[in-house]
Amino acid sequence: MAMIKDRELTPPVPNAETAAFWKAAEDGRLLIGRCTATGRAFFYPRRVSPFTLSGDVEWIEASGRGTIYSFSYMARAKVPFAIAYVELEEGPMVLTNIVDCDSDQIAIGLPVRLVFKPSNGGPPIPMFTPE
Amino acid sequence: MTIKGKAYIVGAFEHPTRKAPDKSLAELHAECAAGALADAGLAKDDVDGYFCGGDALGGAASFADYMNLKLRHVDSTDAGGCSPLIHVSHAAQAIAAGKCDVALVTLAGRPRSDGMATGTTPRPRDPQQPDAQFETAMTLTTANGYAMVAARHMHEFATTSEQLAWIKVAASHHAQHNPNAMLPQVVTVEDVVNSPIVSTPLHRLDCCVISDGGGALVVTRPEIANKLGRPRVRIIGSGEAIKHQSAGYVDLTYSAAVAAGRAAFAEAGVTPADIRYVSIYDSFTITVLVQIEDLGFCEKGKGGAFVADGNLISGVGRLPFNTDGGGLCNNHPANRGGMTKVIEAVRQLRGEAHPAVQVKDCGLALAHGTGLALAARHGGATLIMERE
Repeated sequence: MAMIKDRELTPPVPNAETAAFWKAAEDGRLLIGRCTATGRAFFYPRRVSPFTLSGDVEWIEASGRGTIYSFSYMARAKVPFAIAYVELEEGPMVLTNIVDCDSDQIAIGLPVRLVFKPSNGGPPIPMFTPE
Repeated sequence: MTIKGKAYIVGAFEHPTRKAPDKSLAELHAECAAGALADAGLAKDDVDGYFCGGDALGGAASFADYMNLKLRHVDSTDAGGCSPLIHVSHAAQAIAAGKCDVALVTLAGRPRSDGMATGTTPRPRDPQQPDAQFETAMTLTTANGYAMVAARHMHEFATTSEQLAWIKVAASHHAQHNPNAMLPQVVTVEDVVNSPIVSTPLHRLDCCVISDGGGALVVTRPEIANKLGRPRVRIIGSGEAIKHQSAGYVDLTYSAAVAAGRAAFAEAGVTPADIRYVSIYDSFTITVLVQIEDLGFCEKGKGGAFVADGNLISGVGRLPFNTDGGGLCNNHPANRGGMTKVIEAVRQLRGEAHPAVQVKDCGLALAHGTGLALAARHGGATLIMERE
């Protein structure tokens, strides 16, 4: 339909639990959680394992590669954009946007890679673009 | 403990307004309460249990105060638009446990007068809501979230926009007989697929209306229901569930209706084949499709073929649905369609639906609601009711 333009992004409000995630984002790295008891990765990250409710979790850096699980190009927005779930190579999915491409390029199953987009006065936001 | 046969819906009222700039939120709730109590033949001071959701801004205490209710039981469970179905279930449980005798459920709101862009702007989240900081910048709205569910359904099951459009077409066939419906015009599949895209693959006519208004229900125990002289609508099964992102292992192909429906059918001791009429939450056409599959009315992935060719139209198809025109064409007060879902099921069981859409010998009905964000975290609630 059209080239997707950059738009103003509402900044996140980090807290003590998530400070490391947003600090890594400043360095261009996407952190996800891993439960050390089960070995399973998870998203969004938290300091409590969503599999055991224990604190036995660690941060791991995602490769930044994934595929589009589903998406919708929101034509009826002031600045149209594409929301998506991207399935990371590590397993979990991220609710994100697909950026820096034409909306016609976006498809379920398409390989994508991580890019960061600035938020309005806050840390950068992890988004994805076609490989 | 089962609720089967322990409680009856004796009062149901849908506010006739669809735009209420001159009414307050509390006034709408109170008018709905008065309407449902009058329908039941009960008075305000008969109420001893009150149920409301997040649309009652300020909470149950504020609304109990406004209406001057004298209560011994209260429940303000909130799971978005399906909350009234949960409230009816909880009311039946409370009545069965002896916690109250006459339960009042109200819902109202005025998003239309307030100029709310319901589907296309994000709902505000508190920064402390655990998911907020990871999702707010992504701008998940109601429309684009449900659209992602539709996109995945199309990808996995080859569902088409034309099949989804049949859901709107069926709702419009029913709405033409409802003098209060916001969209009483009959539409065609072509009208739906040629309407502008809101968020791919959903069109403007795949979306529900934005309306002011509300409704209320009165639930009571058998001894009181017996004395009221109204057709008796017995609650025989209910279920509720929450489904979410599962720590990142998302599956958009099914909803909380799988768990809620299973529980309700088990409690009621009936199967989908027994159901004569369904009220199915219709925030979008895709919402209906996923729920019909999840509740077991057809196989997963076959919903597109099931809803096509008028199969949801009363007098035409196998599964008459939303005979008031639903949220898609009639009314979606407070952006919460759960209340009107129960009300139309009650009308059908009483034989009080519009004659053009009344299901013959409608002895068993199901109402199901989906609340919050289907693509991220949502509630689902099912009620099965029978005419005695």
